Amino acid sequence: MLNKEDKSNAMNRFIGFVKKEFFHIIRDPRTLIIILGIPISQLLLFGFVISTEIKDAKIAVYDQSKDYMTTRIVNKLTSSGYFQLQENLESDHGVEAIFRKGEIKEVLVFEPDFAAKIERNGSANIQLLTDASDPNVARMVNMYTQNIINKFIQQERLGQEVPMQIDTSVKMYYNEETKSVFMFVPGLMAMIMMLVSALMSSISITKEKEMGTMEVLLVSPLKPIQIILGKVIPYLLIAFIDAIIIILMGNLVFQMPIYGSLTLLMSECFLFIFLALSLGILISTVAPNQLIAMFISMIGLMLPTMLLSGFIFPIESMPKVLQWFSCIMPARWFNEIVKNVMLKGVGLLFVWKQTIILLGMSALIVALSVKKFKIRLE
Amino acid sequence: MEREKVIEVKDLVKKFGDFVANDHLTFDVYKGEIFGFLGANGAGKTTAMRILCGLSMPTEGKLKVNGFDVYRQSEKIKKSIGYMSQKFSLYEDMTVAENIRFYGGIYGLKRSDRIKKQQQLLNDLGMPEMKDKLVGSLPLGWKQKLAFAIAIVHDPQIVFLDEPTGGVDPITRRQFWNLIYEAASRGITIFVTTHYMDEAEYCDRVSIMVDGRVEALDTPANLMANYQAANMNEVFLHLARKAKNVE
Repeated sequence: MLNKEDKSNAMNRFIGFVKKEFFHIIRDPRTLIIILGIPISQLLLFGFVISTEIKDAKIAVYDQSKDYMTTRIVNKLTSSGYFQLQENLESDHGVEAIFRKGEIKEVLVFEPDFAAKIERNGSANIQLLTDASDPNVARMVNMYTQNIINKFIQQERLGQEVPMQIDTSVKMYYNEETKSVFMFVPGLMAMIMMLVSALMSSISITKEKEMGTMEVLLVSPLKPIQIILGKVIPYLLIAFIDAIIIILMGNLVFQMPIYGSLTLLMSECFLFIFLALSLGILISTVAPNQLIAMFISMIGLMLPTMLLSGFIFPIESMPKVLQWFSCIMPARWFNEIVKNVMLKGVGLLFVWKQTIILLGMSALIVALSVKKFKIRLE
Repeated sequence: MEREKVIEVKDLVKKFGDFVANDHLTFDVYKGEIFGFLGANGAGKTTAMRILCGLSMPTEGKLKVNGFDVYRQSEKIKKSIGYMSQKFSLYEDMTVAENIRFYGGIYGLKRSDRIKKQQQLLNDLGMPEMKDKLVGSLPLGWKQKLAFAIAIVHDPQIVFLDEPTGGVDPITRRQFWNLIYEAASRGITIFVTTHYMDEAEYCDRVSIMVDGRVEALDTPANLMANYQAANMNEVFLHLARKAKNVE
């Protein structure tokens, strides 16, 4: 049994240790930039890209019918201020070539006898071909075109007895799925928390190993668990602050709604940070020095988190193998949770599956790193 | 007169798989002496030292440090020893005073004691004006002296020094040994590994390890007499030539 004095002594030791860790963080400008500058700048960058307005987007038209109706539609588009007619095509062979040049964002294809079909059947087809190599722009261009055409239909309907129909069938080139405008906030949260928790903590632990201070700490009366906790607690706090910054900025600057419970959202963030920190500890038990720790975190964690979590590329459009692979990415499940809680406002009842997956992953990683840490002490 | 033993090692064996790093080591270290622990690279001296410090568990053997059992009382051992690793081990991004207070803190010194210690330590080293300097900006010699002073900031009974003078010029080494003598005169037992044979001659007793065994253990004077050597270097070469495990 520990007596009271021993306990308060142990607590004092621990507090001194955490304080020391804050010294390291505050005195290293690079660390400060990573933990505070990156979240803010990344969010602004991503936010800026997403909220770009379409202005004078260049389009081409392949009009196989060339009647009064198609001309009016094209006029509507070009007079809106959003589009600029660049080229009239004579066949659909040139579409790929035009997109490759990169200037033209969208090609409208009117089927033959457009106006006649509308008069006869009340419906006709326009095909929208979009260069989705930049999915955000493609999505915007596409949305705007459809809106303008829909407005045109409504206006035309007023004078008609039989409601007429124009079906637009859409095909996005290069990227079939361009869903969810607000994907970037959850994705960015996952990425930043991975960065601060896993990368920074693994670097800071391996730094002690490299400097030889870890040995001195292990010889001291501090217990290994105290050393590890003392090293990661500051990063837990910082990652949590980063999460709050991102949510606040997403909400205030980019109007990302928070429909669900804030407590649930923050608890899930906490769970994810915990998981990322345990990953960082695991990496630090494997990596002999800071460089390798950084390498493993970057290649093994950051890249997959960005690429495979559905943050930048939709999981639905990945090859099957990568889709399976994305299942072991914690960020994938975290993204789903955050999206559901923030945008759909669902409760734990709807994200319990993802939450359990994250809990399971954390347990596994903690068990692994405890085992590794013990072996290293041997 | 029976002297007080602070380290008792009997038949210490440490194996890593098939490799026997320590092969039935037996030796005692007495209170207040400067004990030199010598051996070529790979002879197993670092392994033995790590076991005595509680960084590693022995495979078999009876070991006591400060009267505490290595297997069961490692917590108590840790509180009663100091350690300075061959890698210089202070935090470069913290000031001299912060380092002293930090290490004092993890050894459980009270706040008031820490401040007192800090003053005294800086005065002893003759560097009170460097209190608020970042350790990273100090010359290597100063860092080393500071590291030693901090290793004994909690007045341990034994301090383990793992090649403390590597890469330091002869004058600084001499100064460093003055600090060691001073600590020993205060009753702190010094357990030191080194590669410098002139330093071996400063020790009260020296053990020389070859291939995981203690080949010789005596005062430097007796060793030189036994091996008819003019200095410790010759003694060492005579013994180390038999080694098979050389890195």
